Amino acid sequence: MNNIPKTLKYSRTHEWVRQDDEILTVGITDHAQCMLGDLVYVELPEPESSIEMGQECGVVESVKAAADIYSPVSGEIIEINEALLDSPQLVNEDPYGKGWLFRLRPFENKVAGLLTADQYSKQIASEAH
Amino acid sequence: MPFIPHTQQDVTEMLDTIGIKSIEALFDEIPANLRIKNLPPILSSLTEMELARFMRERAKQDEGLLCFIGAGAYEHHIPAVVWDVTSRGEFLTAYTPYQAEASQGTLQLLYEYQTMMASLMALDVSNASLYDGASALAEAVLMAVRLHRKNKIHRILIPLSVHPFYRQVVKTIASQQDIELVSVPFDSATGCVSRESLEKIAVNDVTAFVIPQPNFFGALEDVDMLTDWAHAQGAFAIGAVNPLAMSLLKAPGQWGKNGADIACGEGQPLGVPLASGGPYYGFLCCKKDFVRQLPGRIVGRTVDQGGKQGFVLTLQAREQHIRRAKATSNICTNQGLLVTASTIYMSLMGPQGLRRIAAACHHNLQLLQDKLKHVSEAKIIFSAAAFHEIVLRLSKPVEYVLQELAKYNIQGGFNLKKYYPELGECLSVCVTETKTTEDIDLFVTQLNEALITKNNVCVHAQ
Repeated sequence: MNNIPKTLKYSRTHEWVRQDDEILTVGITDHAQCMLGDLVYVELPEPESSIEMGQECGVVESVKAAADIYSPVSGEIIEINEALLDSPQLVNEDPYGKGWLFRLRPFENKVAGLLTADQYSKQIASEAH
Repeated sequence: MPFIPHTQQDVTEMLDTIGIKSIEALFDEIPANLRIKNLPPILSSLTEMELARFMRERAKQDEGLLCFIGAGAYEHHIPAVVWDVTSRGEFLTAYTPYQAEASQGTLQLLYEYQTMMASLMALDVSNASLYDGASALAEAVLMAVRLHRKNKIHRILIPLSVHPFYRQVVKTIASQQDIELVSVPFDSATGCVSRESLEKIAVNDVTAFVIPQPNFFGALEDVDMLTDWAHAQGAFAIGAVNPLAMSLLKAPGQWGKNGADIACGEGQPLGVPLASGGPYYGFLCCKKDFVRQLPGRIVGRTVDQGGKQGFVLTLQAREQHIRRAKATSNICTNQGLLVTASTIYMSLMGPQGLRRIAAACHHNLQLLQDKLKHVSEAKIIFSAAAFHEIVLRLSKPVEYVLQELAKYNIQGGFNLKKYYPELGECLSVCVTETKTTEDIDLFVTQLNEALITKNNVCVHAQ
């Protein structure tokens, strides 16, 4: 069973978002890393760049597939997880912790359009059928 | 015997199934103004017997000639065993492996090829080959642009001493992708790019700098200086090299303080015959850091669950069947047969053998240079050291001299006038290890004859 923490928000494209004050941390979900398999490479957005919600801003590549990362919110990238450049497997091992991808400062205070853990869980279940 | 599998009945059934009346209707969505109305008629078909005869007669036109033409394609001796082995059915009919791991033999051969090529270039990795030298350079340029994606401006410096065909191909491919190509002049005394010629162009924001070795004139560029200059600009250094020459000269990975980043070129000199112009193959190597942007197939070696050695296609996620529009290029194939020949050729020769052949080419060039001292009407125009090719300025029109030499079954060289009109009556001449002292004597004697004889054509041309 996939781990879907109640405290996080989710996008339909399998990213998770954690809010700490004004800063959002983004990663890919346990379900996403499970579907991709062992990651061998992660490409992250450029720090200090601005990205729009839904914009492609990186790539996660496993031994069998490569998937784009879409930004779940609009904002400015303030930090990327450089540890992933050498150790992409952190995303598999700890997708909600050490495997985070990037942090951004959203353009708008209110983060809208994301799914709750329950909604995301239902989405995965419906995709499975 | 019909070679087309669909009968008229099959075609009609298929058209009925999808509900259209004719094959022509399939093309309805193409705007009418883009369609060619009247294609020039294609010649009526030949029978197999007629075709074989036609090809034999064409091939005969290239036989028995003493070839002093280089300019990107080079005549070398190829031991009989190379193509005898290459022509075995297992190699001859193999295409790029789709069910890859079922083709261990093909994969191992490509792996060995990559290992040899990477070691010849003194770089970490090689792909399994590309279409030809010119497209390999275009791919190297695109690769540098992807690696430099943080820069908004994509500017590539290409010296005019790079093969003109290569420059044309790069222009065709790069000009559609917002890549600016800047020509770098060469020094008219040396034939090479100098520090002064670099200062003259005075551009910044350079993505990559293409460094030919030897260059199109056969001259040896100051690769250390050029590589360090590129790196000082924050640009990638791309070596466009003759692979055989690299057995004797400093290889791209050793240029300057940090080595060139990418090396590419034409693989033909390594066991592939001239064959009236092709097919040839391109090679592309790079430092390990850049391997994810290296287009084409890459074969890796691994072990299976039982610890036995096996070969696999690796880093496939960057290729088009997985990455679709975002693939590193639309090349997922390789010139397998020619690479097979090259791999066998290189394994037969070994590093020592390759070095001996390269040295024999250079020795013959020195012999030619020496004998040309007595030909007052032909001047070697560039002072830089050369590998196996030089440029001569003639006192008579190049076309006329080539015609005169042809009377003695000599292909005298490559006429540079069309590509470098500013150089005047210039001819590029190449000597490989295939030329004997007698061949070189004959060339020099007949060249001298053609240049000193008074004749109508010459007077007319003047």
